[in-house]
This record gives sequence, structure tokens and C-alpha cells, in this order.
Amino acid sequence: MDVQTLTYTIVGMTFALYIVIAIWSRAGSTKEFYVAGGGVHPIVNGMATAADWMSAASFISLAGIVSFVGYDGSVYIMGWTGGYVLLALLMAPYLRKFGKFTVPDFVGDRYYSQTARTVAVICALVVSFTYIAGQMRGTGVVFSRFLEVDIDTGVYIGMAVVFFYSVLGGMKGITYTQVAQYCVMIFAFMVPAIFLSIMMTGHFFPQIGFGSELLDASGNNSGVYLLDKLDGLSTQLGFAEYTVGTKDTIDVFFICGALMFGTAGLPHVIVRFFTVPRVKDARTSAGWTLVFIAILYTTIPALAAFSRVNMIETINGADGQGVSHAEAPSWINSWERTGLIAWDDKNGDGKMFYAKGETNEMTIDRDIIVLATPEIANLPAWVIALIAAGGLAAALSTSAGLLLVISTSVSHDLLKKNMMPDISDKRELMYARMAAGVGVLIAGYFGINPPGFVAAVVAIAFGLAASSLFPAITMGIFSKKMNKEGAISGMAAGLLFSIGYIVYFKFLNPAINTAEHWLFGISPEGIGLLGMCLNFVVAILVCRMTAPVPQDVQEMVEAIRFPKGSGEASDH
Amino acid sequence: MSFEDKSKADQYWQENINLVIKLLVIWATVSFGFGILLVDVLNAITFMGFKLGFWFAQQGAIYVFLVLIFYYRAKANKLDEKYGVQED
Repeated sequence: MDVQTLTYTIVGMTFALYIVIAIWSRAGSTKEFYVAGGGVHPIVNGMATAADWMSAASFISLAGIVSFVGYDGSVYIMGWTGGYVLLALLMAPYLRKFGKFTVPDFVGDRYYSQTARTVAVICALVVSFTYIAGQMRGTGVVFSRFLEVDIDTGVYIGMAVVFFYSVLGGMKGITYTQVAQYCVMIFAFMVPAIFLSIMMTGHFFPQIGFGSELLDASGNNSGVYLLDKLDGLSTQLGFAEYTVGTKDTIDVFFICGALMFGTAGLPHVIVRFFTVPRVKDARTSAGWTLVFIAILYTTIPALAAFSRVNMIETINGADGQGVSHAEAPSWINSWERTGLIAWDDKNGDGKMFYAKGETNEMTIDRDIIVLATPEIANLPAWVIALIAAGGLAAALSTSAGLLLVISTSVSHDLLKKNMMPDISDKRELMYARMAAGVGVLIAGYFGINPPGFVAAVVAIAFGLAASSLFPAITMGIFSKKMNKEGAISGMAAGLLFSIGYIVYFKFLNPAINTAEHWLFGISPEGIGLLGMCLNFVVAILVCRMTAPVPQDVQEMVEAIRFPKGSGEASDH
Repeated sequence: MSFEDKSKADQYWQENINLVIKLLVIWATVSFGFGILLVDVLNAITFMGFKLGFWFAQQGAIYVFLVLIFYYRAKANKLDEKYGVQED
């Protein structure tokens, strides 16, 4: 079978699997729809949460980014894993004990205020829509490269699949589908990484391989360490050393922090810890989630380094003088056709040359690093097909999780808790499904007509979560004195400050989006951490000047601090 | 109230807070400390073929995060039993 047929077969089989699981585990009540009935095993939940969390960006883009910027890419590696420590230690067990369905539920009850609930709903919706637009786009890109349909058709197919299983299955369907998606995704990512590691260093584990000596042509240790070679090549070609950063330390610090605290404030991640049966399981589940994420995230830097060496050597040749374009391997030609690799023979010698500065003749899109790896390493066609299925699994699992938060926010937080408190369980479930339907249409619209700044919008999502929801939730648990006036003004201050800063530099004045104009040298990507500090300060000051917290709310806070008596997640 | 009295509840919470603070100090040290602020100093040391600071930033920090979460889980569960507030 050729690559095309294989890809259709493998992608088709995985899609069929997701749909079968969705039918088998469809939701019958709001409780099953929102929190999967509260009966998900912690390891299963950990796997599903990991699939939910790892998006098309993690799967497709991250290794490429690290490969091109080296050490500077570490902020994403640490930032997108370190947040789970905060979740496990500061939030998951207490929110599970609280035992409602959503993040706005907690904010609204803890701060005894509809205004606080509404602010939380707005945050949840903005964050989720921001994310899902990017996922739909990712689905379209994978479809267009591997199935050779146009991007729009790819987006329609993705919309249809996600709509089908999230509307039918709710959280219960999504959880079990995501387990399958995790397996597809991790297998697809690990196979090429392990192959490369064995070929280049002789080590099975890429995590060890990328710190080891390279093998020479006859398979013996060459005495040259991979990373030393990479540093050498980088400096020789005019790039910064691979293992040393070029960004300012303060900016690296703030971006890493914004990603960590942002992770711990994302509604679609937090809500996962409502689905396990006990408080104890919430603690366990956070750990397993990170185990499953770590398998991918510790492999990403290894793959990035392998691909970098491979790519430079393929283009510049072992002698570093450039390889004749006529003799280029076929993957260069096939990616040239998609426009993601371009060659401009400036000196007219017919050879390709990659470097920083004027001698460079190659334009290479970062996103192809993962997608082209199987071809670069000469792996069999089924591995290429697997990568396509993996990329789609990553995009679909995240979209489904986000869609659920959107539909829950509308049907539960807005309709049931705000506008029509008397609706029946069945009606509420119907509204939840309708909201998911509308959500998928809006997401699809953004996928087909991308706002053109998907990467910039991701910064908004994290900044928002870090500067609004994270402080409100943690203060709600760790301080009995924090009142509604403090929490609301803190959320508003953090939110407006972060949005204002991001919009100012990203959209209004992109021309001056450089370090000398930034506040304290912090880029818009990292401003969420400063917004979070502002939130805490404003909340504490306002709290001191306003009325104390009612006695019954203080008792509620005392009750969520220990596990005993936790029931299943409930509506009442 | 599941605790025998108010002072027991306060003690339980205090022990929990101390544990969390201790673990968060380690969390910040390996990521923000070793991975970012002290990275140049640590890069002078070689560890398993890696510059140590670079290794913490792209590998080591994640392993430490994992240990922290599972350690917290074990300790917190023990703490619940000590005060008799574990789930039935």
C-alpha cells in the first residue's frame, strides 16, 4: 500500500474507534454529561486529562520550536508541566471536596455572589474559545497535508467528528474517547523518536540518547556528544549555542510563570478533577496526568535535538559545504511542494545551504519538524500514517474537552444558575447539547477564517487564566477572610491589566512589541504572571476595607479543607 | 465538623500548609532556580553528557515535579488518617 492509502486506512480506523466508544459510553443524565457520573478511575482520568491537555500545539509545534530555539524553548517544557504541581497541591483535592460541576460554581458559591460567578463564566468562555479556534485550524492543516484535501474540508470533517462524540457522549464519552486518543498520540510520537535515538546514539530511550555520544557510520561511538556537536554546528553557522539562551532572564522567568499559573487556572483542566470518585483520587489523578504528559514532554527536547542535527547535515552535508539540490532527499521535495520548505539559490552553485545571515538559502517552517521526522529518518510508510492519526487525535481530544466547558458554562452556569433555575435535568441536558452544537459551529468558523493570530491568542488564554481564575480559586481555599468585594475587584484588575497589555502590544502597536518598550522587559506572553500579582494585591487591599465574609461561607471553606464526607459531585 | 475540636482542625491545616510550602519551595528551586536563574552557573557542570542547567530546564525539572506530586499524595493521605478525616 502507498502512504496515501495507509494514511486513509489508519486515520479511518481511529475515527471509527472514537465513534464506537462514544456510542458505548453515551451520557444519559446531566451528571454523566458534566462529570462522567463522578466515577472515573484516577489512572483513566489521568490519561484522559493528559490527552485533553496535549493539543495540536504540543504534538505538532512544540518540538519544532525547541529544535529552532534550543534552550529558549525550555519555558514551554517547564511551563506546561510545572502547573500540575500547583494543581495537585493547591487546587484539585479541595475542589473535589467542594463537589460541584464547574469552576464558576465554586467561584459563585465561595464568594456568595452572582457577579463573581458571571465574571468566572466570562473567563471560562473566552479561554475556551480562544483555544478551540487554534485546534480546529490544526485539524485542517493535518488533513490537508496527509489526506490531500483542502484545509476547509479538513475543518468540516473535524467539526463533524468532534460534534458527534462530544454532544452524544458528554464528559463520559469524551473521557473514554480521550483514553484511546492518548494511546494513538503517544505511540505515534514515540515510534519515530525511538527509531532516531537508536540510529543516532544506540540508546533506546530518547531521553538518555540525546545526552550521549553519536554513533559513526560503522556504528561505533564517535566520541562526540550530540549536544556538543549541535552547539558547534550552531555557532559555526552563526546561530546562538543550542544549549544557551538568547532571551533576557526576566522574560524567560515571567513566561514560564505565566504558563505554569495559567495551566492551573484553565477551566477545562480543573473540571477534570471533579470526575473522580474521592478526594484521594483527585491527588492521585493529578500525578498520573503528569506521568502521561511527561512521557511526551521529556521526549520532545530529545526529538528536537535529533531533528536539528539531521536537518542541518542533510542540507549542508557532512562536509558543511552544502548538498546539491538535484541530489536532495525526497522529503525536501515533497515539503517544498507544500510551501513549508523553500530554497533560494543565492550564490547560484546549485547547492542548498542553511545558516543564519546572508549565506542562508533555506526557509524552513518550524511545524514540519515532527511531521517530516519519519521521512527524514527514512522510516516505513505506516509511521507517516501514524503521525497523521496522532496529530488528529491531539487536536480532536483537546477540542472535545474545550467544547464541553463551553456547553457546561452556557447550560449550567448561565441558564440553570442564572436565568432559569427551575428547568428539569432533561431540559438542561438538551440545552447543554445545543450549546455544544453552537460552540462547534463558532469554532469551525474560526478554523476556516483564522483571526490570523492564533499564536498570539494563546498568550491571551494563559494570561487570562493566570491573572483571573487562579488567584480567585486559591484565595477561596486558603483564606477564610477573602470576601466577594476583594475577589471580584482582584479578578477584574488582573484580567483588564493583562488583556490591555496584550492587546496594546499584539494588536494596536505590534511595531513596538520589543524588549525596550515592554514593562520591566516582560513580553506580552509573560505578562499574566504580573497580572496575577496585581490580582492578589488588589484583592487583599479591597478585602481589608469591606465587610467580612458571612459565617456560613467560612464554615464551607473549613469543610473543603479535609476529605472526610466528600460525596459524589452534585448539583445541590 | 469531623475533627474532635477546633484546635485539632487548625493543627491539621497547619501541618498541611507546612507540607505544601516545603514542596513548593523545591518546585520553584528546580524550575525557576536551576532551570532559569542559575542556569549559567550549573551549565559549567556536566551530567550524563548534558550541561546540568540545560538538563534541568528540559528534563530534570519534570522528573522532580513528578516526585513532588506523588510524595504529596502519600503524605497528605497519611495526614488524613492521623487526624481521622480520611474518606470512608
